Order: sequence, then structure tokens, then C-alpha cells
Amino acid sequence: MVMRGMYKPVGLAALLLAATSLSAPATAWAADTVKVGVLQSLTGTMAISEVTVKNAEILAIEEINASGGVLGKKIEPVVEDGASDPAIFAQKATKLVQDGGVVTVFGGWTSASRKAMLPVFQKLKSLLWYPVQFEGNECSPNIMYSGAQPNQQILPALTWAVEKGYKSYFLIGSDYVFPRTANLILKKHIDADKLKVAGEEYVPLGGTDFSAVIAKVQAAKPDIIFSTLNGDSNVSFFKQMAAAGLPSAKLPVMSFSIGEQEAVAMGPSLVEGSYAAWNYFQSLDGAANKKFVAAYQAKFGAGAAVTDPMVHGYVDVYAWKAAVEKAGSFDPEKVRAAAVALDYLDTAMGKVKFAANQSLVQTGYIGQLDPTGQFKIIWQSKGTIDPDPYDPLVFPGKKCPAS
Amino acid sequence: MGEWPLIAGQIFNGFSVASLYVLAALGLALSFGLMRVINMAHGEMLMLGGYLAYLTLQVVPGPLGILAAMPVAFLGAAAVGAVLETTLIKRLSARPLDTLLATWGVSLILQQAARNIFGAIGVDVRAPQWLNHAYTVQSGLLEGLTIPATRLFILAVAFAVMGALSLLLARTRIGLLVRAVNQDRGMAAAAGINVRAVDLSVFCLGTGIAGLAGVVLALLGPVTPNVGQSYVVPAFLVVVLGGLGSLKGTAIASLIVGLFSALVQILVDVSLAQVLLLLFVIGFIQFRPQGVVAVRSRALDA
Repeated sequence: MVMRGMYKPVGLAALLLAATSLSAPATAWAADTVKVGVLQSLTGTMAISEVTVKNAEILAIEEINASGGVLGKKIEPVVEDGASDPAIFAQKATKLVQDGGVVTVFGGWTSASRKAMLPVFQKLKSLLWYPVQFEGNECSPNIMYSGAQPNQQILPALTWAVEKGYKSYFLIGSDYVFPRTANLILKKHIDADKLKVAGEEYVPLGGTDFSAVIAKVQAAKPDIIFSTLNGDSNVSFFKQMAAAGLPSAKLPVMSFSIGEQEAVAMGPSLVEGSYAAWNYFQSLDGAANKKFVAAYQAKFGAGAAVTDPMVHGYVDVYAWKAAVEKAGSFDPEKVRAAAVALDYLDTAMGKVKFAANQSLVQTGYIGQLDPTGQFKIIWQSKGTIDPDPYDPLVFPGKKCPAS
Repeated sequence: MGEWPLIAGQIFNGFSVASLYVLAALGLALSFGLMRVINMAHGEMLMLGGYLAYLTLQVVPGPLGILAAMPVAFLGAAAVGAVLETTLIKRLSARPLDTLLATWGVSLILQQAARNIFGAIGVDVRAPQWLNHAYTVQSGLLEGLTIPATRLFILAVAFAVMGALSLLLARTRIGLLVRAVNQDRGMAAAAGINVRAVDLSVFCLGTGIAGLAGVVLALLGPVTPNVGQSYVVPAFLVVVLGGLGSLKGTAIASLIVGLFSALVQILVDVSLAQVLLLLFVIGFIQFRPQGVVAVRSRALDA
């Protein structure tokens, strides 16, 4: 039979397309040291973003070692590759804590990777420092959430937009847990503010065709687009918006996943004039930030962009050091208790501290992209914002088990 | 703005998406039809086209850069195709499954090469000013309908490529040879046709078209090491739906896929539209396993 013979190769083709990637080695040295894990994706689709977070974490470790280490011990980073695959994140986390003898782990990016690692850290009673903004609705005693909670990034952006007088909002996101939850929260708050959700659309991660989405935007005529698109899809989205005669100058876009690095990669002129909400911008004032940017660029190249998750990774290492010194111990249990009792730390992102729910108290900023790929800071929250993992409108009555 | 402009816009978008798919899929259909080779590195030929467009724009900036990039990408991808064909595919000609594995390996090598040369993050290819605008209907039933010039341009390129290809196959001596080899390889060889040369030129033509497609895709999407993967899956879908190896079928199938997903998206979001599209294709293949256009060829009967 003709067709059967022809479809066999097509089926194998599909299998091969679905197959994925490999893993990478670790580093090691001995002496009077304490081991910590650094677990980011060094290969695969997330490598673009996560390699630089790993760089920032290693930079912090090297700086601490150069100034005498922690409790008299040098920090020995054990670097593992999560390979952009949640299952591998869980596997490597187990390896680091169980067999690698690390006292804590810095890492993770996607919510899927964090959700996969959570049971590992809970079971092995260890501590993960997670550097990326996320959707909230989770509160584990075994994770230090330094990235923004929704009320520290997404809701401040809405506050800003309301102050600017935008009345009609179009929500566009990649189709996975963070954008869906973020938009759920946004919708509740937009409704509560008696404003209008003009539309809500999702595109699969890595999707390249926005023709229908843009047609719906044109039909809905919103005042502003709130975008939780991730990765390459952003390039397609902004190119096709410009082609359809809707550059950022005409219809403003507020992005929650575009930082300095992504802007440079996309070509800054493509995204010029669009807005972003973060807890850190490279252009922030302050001596601590100048020092951090200079140290990073001295090591990784003069033009190297610095982003919010990188700074969170860097600050995590210093917060861990401070907590270890306060506790006088490397024991994860004691370090956790000490970390939430620390006073404000003076960091590149300003004054921050860990709240009792193990998330970071931090400031929200809105920036507008200039032609060089840097953000001009146009708004900031009134002081620091206390982190709230459970939005009161969306998850009423839910509380962290610890607090 | 009411329903009509949205529906009309989606019909246009359907044609636009179809034009992207047909450009991405033609090369696959060509090499499968003639040689029964499923080239897993086809997506990387699209990627190569994107990067060649980037390099050309570095040398020829300004409004005409994108036009200069098209022949460069066509020839560059065809040259890479020639190397691939002579070093690998020729040697595995009677073993389709091995070809599949080998070209998949090539695809990984090319992706990593792009990552090493250009970096994991993409490069910037932009539509020139003369394409970066849109036509908007100002009044009447379709008021508010917007037609982007970039999409019109890609549509024109797709029609030009299909027209040139069908002229080449139907009216030229090369086309005659290709059709002869396609119908019966053994008889063609016995009649004195250099079957090897025909294979090589058709494969190069296929990868060349992919390179060309890479240039126009760069106007609407990213240029990254793994961009080929985003288009090669729909391209396979189109080739299977169209009838393996049929160019006419490929064109019709692109249009079906493009219009189906565009019109369905009036009602549902992109993710659900993809699910419905796959269900539709599975259903279609159940009732018509030979695809839209059945190809009668002894090459496929073997």
C-alpha cells in the first residue's frame, strides 16, 4: 500500500521535531568551602535569558569570595543546566541538594521550572532563591521569591495607566500559566476600577502569526495593550503591529517580559516608545547600581545589558550571605528564619527586604524605551510595595501557610 | 467598525498566511515529489535566508536592501543545498529513513552554527520604509479595513515564485526533464537523461526557494537560530494535506490552512485555532489520504 510507506517517514519526522536537548557539566574545587547550587537553563529556548542570570549570580559569588567569603568559608558554586525543561530542573535540583551537598540553590526562570522544583525543595528541606517576576498564587516555605509578585509589577502598571487616563485595555499573552493568571488579576482590577477590557487574546509560546490578533485589536480600538508575551513572539508581534500601521507611538504597548536585553535583541528601534514595568532598570540612579553595572560590564563586555531578573539573582546571593551571617549557620531552616528578619538591604535596585511571606519588599517602576534600548524611568510607586502572593480580588481569603 | 471589515480582513490574512506557508513548503514538496527525500533541514534553509538578508542589509542598507537580499538568499541557500545534496542525500538516496535522520542532524548542526556565529539572540531585519505602512479603507462597508503593505509584498512574492515555478516545469526543457524523471526514473535514465543532474538541480531549487522565503518571513517574524522550527511544522502539514509531492496541491493546501485558521480565529483564540486546524487536517486525511491532489508517479509507488 502506497500511503502507509509514505507516512512512516512523516511520522518519524514528527517524532524528531518533538525531541529535545542535552545537559552540561559542573565545576568543582575543594578547600575550606561551602557549596551552593546555581541552576539556570544554559541551553534551549530559555538560555537567552537565563545565561545572564547565571552570570550575575556567579559575579556576586566571586565578589563575596574576593572580600573574604561567608562565615570564613569561600563559596563554591556548582553550576547545573536546567536545559529549558522543567523535568530536568527537578532532576538537577535533586542532584544538587541530595548528591552535590549544596546548602542552597539559586535559580529557575519559568513558572513551570519553579513548580517542578518546588516538591524537591520541600521534600529535601532545602531552600531555593527564585529571581523572576511571576504570577503569585504560590507560597512555599522552601522558596525565597525575590522576583515581583503581581501586586509589585502588573498592578503598579495598571495604576500608572489609570493615572494616565487610559480607559480601554487589550490583554495579549503567551498561552501558559503566567500570562493567564496575570490577566485574570488584571481583569478583576480593571472591572473594579469601572474600566473596560477591550479584548483578551493568547498565542502559543513561540507563535509567529499575529494577523488575527491584530485584526481584533483594530476592531476593538483599545487605548493601550498590556502584553505578557514571552520570547521570540514579541519580535513577530511588534513587526506585525508596525506593518499594520500601529507602531507604539500610535497605540501604546505595556510589556511585562521585555527588558534591556530583549530590547537590544529585538532591535531597539522596533520597540522604541513602548513601556515596561519592572522593579529595576539599568538606568536607575544610585551608587549601588552604578557599581553593579560597572562590575558586570567589566566582566562580560562594555555593552552588556543588565536586566531586572539578573539583579534579582545578584541580590539573592547577597541576601543569602547576610542571612547566613545573621543566623551564624548554613542550615536552610535557620537561614530562612534569618532572611525574613533582615533589615533593608541597600542594593542596585534600591532598598529591599524579605517580608515574612518570603517575598521581596521592593519598588515598582515604569520605563519607556529609548532608541538605544535603555529605559527612561517615567513613574515609580510611592515607596516600596509589600509583596502579596494572593490577590484579594482573585483569591479572597487565601494566605501563606507560614505567615 | 463592524463585522464586515473583520471578516474581510481575516480573508486577506488567510491569503497572507497561505503565502507564507506556500513559500515555506514549496521546497519540501519539490524534493519529496522528485526524490522522496524528507529534508528535516528545510527549516534551517529558511533561517539561512533570514541571516543572509541580515548580512545583505549590512552591505546594502537603505530601501533596496531587501530586494538585493532576495537573490543573495536564493543563491546562498541553493549553494548550501548543493553541498547537502552531493555530500549526504545522494549517498543515502535509497534509504528514506536514514535521510530523515541525517538531515535532522544537519538541521541541529546548522542551528548551532548560527548560534555560534550570530549569537543565541536574534538579529534585526526590518522592513524598509516603503513597505512599512498600511492601506486603510476610509469609508463604505469595509471602513477601517487595514491592509499592510508588507503582507501585500509577500503575497506578490509568493505569486511570482509559484508562477515562475509552474512556467519552469511546464514550458522549459529543464521542466520536461524533471517531469520525465518524476514519472519514471528508470525509463528517464534509460532514455539518456542525466537523472543525477536533475535531482541536484531540483533539490537546489527547493532550498533556494526556502532561502528566498526566509527573507520575506524576516519582515514579519524574528531571525533567530531556531526560527526554522516555527515554520517547518506548518510546512510539513501543508505538504501532507496537499498530497505529497504535488505543487498544485501544496498551493491549494496552503490556502486551505491559511483561510481555515484565519476564519476560525474570528471566533476562537490562536491556541484553539491550532487545535481545530490539526483536527481538521486529521479528519481530511482520514477521508482523503492521498491529500488534495493525488500524485500519480512511479517514484511514489515503489
